[in-house]
Amino acid sequence: MSAKTHEPITPNDQIIRDERRPVLRLVVRNHPGVMSHICGLFARRAFNVEAILCLPIEDGQRSVILLLVDEDERLEQMVRQIEKLEDVLEVTREEDGHEPFEAMARYLAS
Amino acid sequence: MKASGAQIIAHLLERHGITYVPGIPGGANLPLYDAVKASKIRHILARHEQGGGFIAQGMARTTGRTAVCFATSGPGATNLLTAIADAKLDSIPLVAITGQVPRAMIGTDAFQEIDTYGLTIPITKHNYLVRDAAELLEVIPEAFRIAGSGRPGPVVVDVPKDVQNQVVEFDKWPDPLPLATPPRPSAEEIRRAEELISKAQRPVILIGAGVVSADAGDFVIQLAERIDAPIASTLLGLGAVPSSHPRMLGMMGMHGAPSTNYIIHEADLVIALGMRFDDRATGKASEFCPNAAIIHVDLDRCELGKIKRPTLAVEADVKEFLGELLQHLSPGPRPEWRERTDELRAEFPLLMPGSDDACQPYGCVLQTANLLDEAPVVVTDVGQHQMWVAQAFPFSFPRQLLTSGGLGTMGFGLPAAIGAALARPDKTVVLFSGDGSLLMNIQEMATAAELGVNVKVILMNNAHLGLVRQQQELFYGARFHASRFEFEPDFVAIARGFGWNACNLGQATDPVEMLATALSQPGPTFVNVPIPRTVNVLPMVPPGAPNIEMIGGHSHVCQNA
Repeated sequence: MSAKTHEPITPNDQIIRDERRPVLRLVVRNHPGVMSHICGLFARRAFNVEAILCLPIEDGQRSVILLLVDEDERLEQMVRQIEKLEDVLEVTREEDGHEPFEAMARYLAS
Repeated sequence: MKASGAQIIAHLLERHGITYVPGIPGGANLPLYDAVKASKIRHILARHEQGGGFIAQGMARTTGRTAVCFATSGPGATNLLTAIADAKLDSIPLVAITGQVPRAMIGTDAFQEIDTYGLTIPITKHNYLVRDAAELLEVIPEAFRIAGSGRPGPVVVDVPKDVQNQVVEFDKWPDPLPLATPPRPSAEEIRRAEELISKAQRPVILIGAGVVSADAGDFVIQLAERIDAPIASTLLGLGAVPSSHPRMLGMMGMHGAPSTNYIIHEADLVIALGMRFDDRATGKASEFCPNAAIIHVDLDRCELGKIKRPTLAVEADVKEFLGELLQHLSPGPRPEWRERTDELRAEFPLLMPGSDDACQPYGCVLQTANLLDEAPVVVTDVGQHQMWVAQAFPFSFPRQLLTSGGLGTMGFGLPAAIGAALARPDKTVVLFSGDGSLLMNIQEMATAAELGVNVKVILMNNAHLGLVRQQQELFYGARFHASRFEFEPDFVAIARGFGWNACNLGQATDPVEMLATALSQPGPTFVNVPIPRTVNVLPMVPPGAPNIEMIGGHSHVCQNA
């Protein structure tokens, strides 16, 4: 890897490390538009997504998306709505799911 | 095998049993139109894409089968959005196939380019932007499977023009996919439902669109008779149980009979079947059926617990649930509750003044129903007339009432009526409309005239946006604003100009006779009915108030409350 080109920035550790905030792990079909389907669900219910990580997996046909979201009584309803999306194959709630976001934060801060 | 994208679409539509497709051609879907011309599909040329969308909805709502409509890119697609959103909110199976600019031009602000995919994400069950003609072999059957499976809904397939033209080779034509098997209730859920029912002294059954789409009306009647319970319906559940059934209370909620809302308020068990506790049906949700346990059955689990926390939530097809339950449920006569509901119904009925006068709202609805020997398909637009029809029309079969419930789209009626007439050529289709609504898709009069469909439009004309006027009178200190139409078009002349038979009940010496003549004429017929201009739909629960606070209801103290 060549040297980073960005200036260090300060991620908000308070949010990222807040253990009460749930992390959702989605396995989705990997094609353009899936992300807007998912983000749209949150956006039109005025439900904030604090952080997103997305990586293609296996042969690239599928992706894993990690969402750091607010603890909210509507979360169960949100999860059910996400499960209804055709391109979402799996939704699970990650315990101890903050580590990848913390790694991302370290990357950005360095 | 070799075919272009357009030919693949046309052929797969045929394979899915599609006979009519309403729509409008334009630059970006001309290859598709060329392919459809060579197919067995009959294209219905709408005069506005929204009209085309609602014609398709009329077919889908009447038959329960997925219908298809076409639009071109850009304005064609944006014009279609309202009909798609309407189908989403009312769970109507619809596949909309839109043309898109060629792939290489996507994202360049090309002529008539719009992000149809992005625009339709929140108003569809699922949507596609097809990037290769070979994908259509999967996408079209998938679109039908998704639209028709579970809780039905609209699917958009956006197809770039060059994909329509792209020729691909493939081994064989795909068959239609089986619809997803609806979830079944577990033995434990049935046992718990039985238990809740046997404990209940004052059960009420609430039915919604899910009962219509599951065709479960007969089972609902069996349940009502078995457990001695009354039935109330949401707007979209009307018709699933005949209005004439002795335990049928009619529509609940904002414009329900006072007794209906009181009975639900007194219930100690609510059995909610295929309904989603919409605010128009429940009023202030936290004060809806405050003393009742709730059994909520819906095949969309997102609805379970969304508004009211059920005592027992069952993710299942209503018909499956009732079929299972009825096998186990022993009869439970509840004479005291029946007596109490009869008493409330006698004391607080829906008042229908002017029932004999065809130029009064209730009279117009009831006289029309009276004059037809065979029960018609009834379509409404949105507004006061819609509520009068929902309150007063004697419904007798499922899918008889076509109305825009969730989105409440003015302009729904005329094109939906055309679609209904195409799907049920054996039936008379009566559209009750208002002078506000009719103008919103009046161009489809040309489509109806061209097709010669058996649509009778009964226009309740009060020269107002009547429900807006009503709300301004009741909730805005009678400060009327923008609810009166200062200019009143000559609707009879307009209808005649479109080639329709037309008459004006306001000029009749015998309005009932004129109405009878109009209803018996073949082909599209228009009847202008000047109704009093400032009559309100009563009773009315103010938006946000609990259902037992009805304006024009009756003062009443609930027992057991």
